Amino acid sequence: MPLTRQEVEHIAELAKLALSQEEIERFQEQLSAILDYAAVLQRLDTEAIPPTAQVIELKNVMRADEVSPSLPVEDVLGNAPSRRDSYFCVPPVIEVAP
Amino acid sequence: MPYRPTIGMEVHAQLLTRSKMFCGCSADYWAAPPNSQVCPVDLGLPGALPVINARAVEATVLTGLALNCEIASVTRFDRKNYPYPDLPKGYQISQYELPLCRNGWLEIEVDGERRRIRIRRVHLEEDTAKLTHVEGCSLLDFNRAGVPLMEIVSEPDMHSVDEVREYVTQLRSVLRYLGVNSGDMEKGAMRFEVNVSVAREGERGTKVEIKNLNSFRAVTRSLEYEIARQTRILERGGHVEQVTMGWDEDRELTFEQRSKEEAPDYRYFPDPDLPPLTLDPAWVDGLRARLPELPRAKAERYQREYGLSAYDAGVLTAERAVAEFFEAAVAAAPAGVDAKMISNWLTGELFRLMRARERSIEQVPITPRDLVALLEMVAAGRLTGASGKEVLEEMFVTGRPPAEVVAARGLAQISDEAALRPVVEKVLEENPGPLAELLAGKEPVLRFLMGQVMRATRGQANPQLAQRLLQEAAERRRRAS
Repeated sequence: MPLTRQEVEHIAELAKLALSQEEIERFQEQLSAILDYAAVLQRLDTEAIPPTAQVIELKNVMRADEVSPSLPVEDVLGNAPSRRDSYFCVPPVIEVAP
Repeated sequence: MPYRPTIGMEVHAQLLTRSKMFCGCSADYWAAPPNSQVCPVDLGLPGALPVINARAVEATVLTGLALNCEIASVTRFDRKNYPYPDLPKGYQISQYELPLCRNGWLEIEVDGERRRIRIRRVHLEEDTAKLTHVEGCSLLDFNRAGVPLMEIVSEPDMHSVDEVREYVTQLRSVLRYLGVNSGDMEKGAMRFEVNVSVAREGERGTKVEIKNLNSFRAVTRSLEYEIARQTRILERGGHVEQVTMGWDEDRELTFEQRSKEEAPDYRYFPDPDLPPLTLDPAWVDGLRARLPELPRAKAERYQREYGLSAYDAGVLTAERAVAEFFEAAVAAAPAGVDAKMISNWLTGELFRLMRARERSIEQVPITPRDLVALLEMVAAGRLTGASGKEVLEEMFVTGRPPAEVVAARGLAQISDEAALRPVVEKVLEENPGPLAELLAGKEPVLRFLMGQVMRATRGQANPQLAQRLLQEAAERRRRAS
């Protein structure tokens, strides 16, 4: 099932990746090969099997509504490439969140 | 045929839990220093695992029940993928295919007409970090990230701004009755998105979404603006673009944020970190049994049981704490003080004092029992209405019981003949002219003499008694002369 060039460009856009022309062609080929491989699984008859997103059969894992200690602020900001006072500092965003 | 709007709403309501949705950090972020209530789960650090807050699930199911929804037997959390710095994981944990609640309704009443606004779904998700834009960068505070957020989605069942106002007002009242949300819009505890299309009856318009509305006023003003904008376009024969709008609070106008072509691709999929939930019907029934009497049912009962007007019943039931105060007062009321009188004093005098001093009913030091004790004195004629108001104000400030205030201020109405007769005699002696006129049959002068009695008693004389005593004294003099 070959991916179109537009599909690769769309996936790159969603992943915030800038691809060169040569890369788009290469990934078009490679991603298509991956999908072909996954397509083998599609041949299995799953009619009688309920859909699942989990391989472990856990359910109803919940916690009581109790407060536990948070991280010290210095640890929270420990890996921040840029900070101002106790805030993370990120490149200005003007676009409004979805 | 005129154009008419069709409106649907999404309401985001923060849940009043102690801890966050998927971790133990405190959810009470309002006054906390930046990034002080954060852990690896909120930060989306590799390996961190979210765990569902049971109380948040309970609060959402409770809301679903209050909104007459079907409660899911199996529910699940999904990842809503989008890149934005307020979500460091690159996705928001939300619910897509299997929300906790669906297919409910909320009844509203506008201009005496009752309508059910259908609720499509109520689901649970996490709030995002707070972004502050400053010169050269955006500042991120993750304290709000992960606070439980409930989303209530209506069907497009509303057709006027008044219906929308009533819907959000009712909804806020219900959430506060349930104790699941503070209703505090200034702190962002409730946020709104509306979608609105305008068309002739029977036709379909183009849906325009307005996002980031943080108050009832923003909701109604933006809708008025947007309905007028779309109507203008249609009347000129144009067509409305399917877009997402923002609301400019200061300039009071909508502006385009995103066109249909730029619609985001969220790629929802089940969150593998969170096992599904199966809800036991017996547990759901237990919650149903715990539902309090909700505001509209209460208002109807007040009209039926106490003969209150729809307006008064609505005012008394809008806030649960006010309704509880009213009911406690009715239960404590002695003979002679009825629910109507309590309602009048509560929604009149007491509300006036609360507004003037910006107090909520919880902050008022007057007990329901003290209020009805005061009303009993007024009803029995031991206190004039004016004095009653004065006493109430003092009670409001000091919390002292009414009998104490009346005694300290010497406000008790003088209904004792022996006490009042000397005052009347003295007034007549001091006013020979008016007395002569009265004796000559000029009845209107009686009102002047009454005024003198009231002045001499600082307003405490029982008016009926004072008048009778004046007439009797005059009569005696007429016979004596």
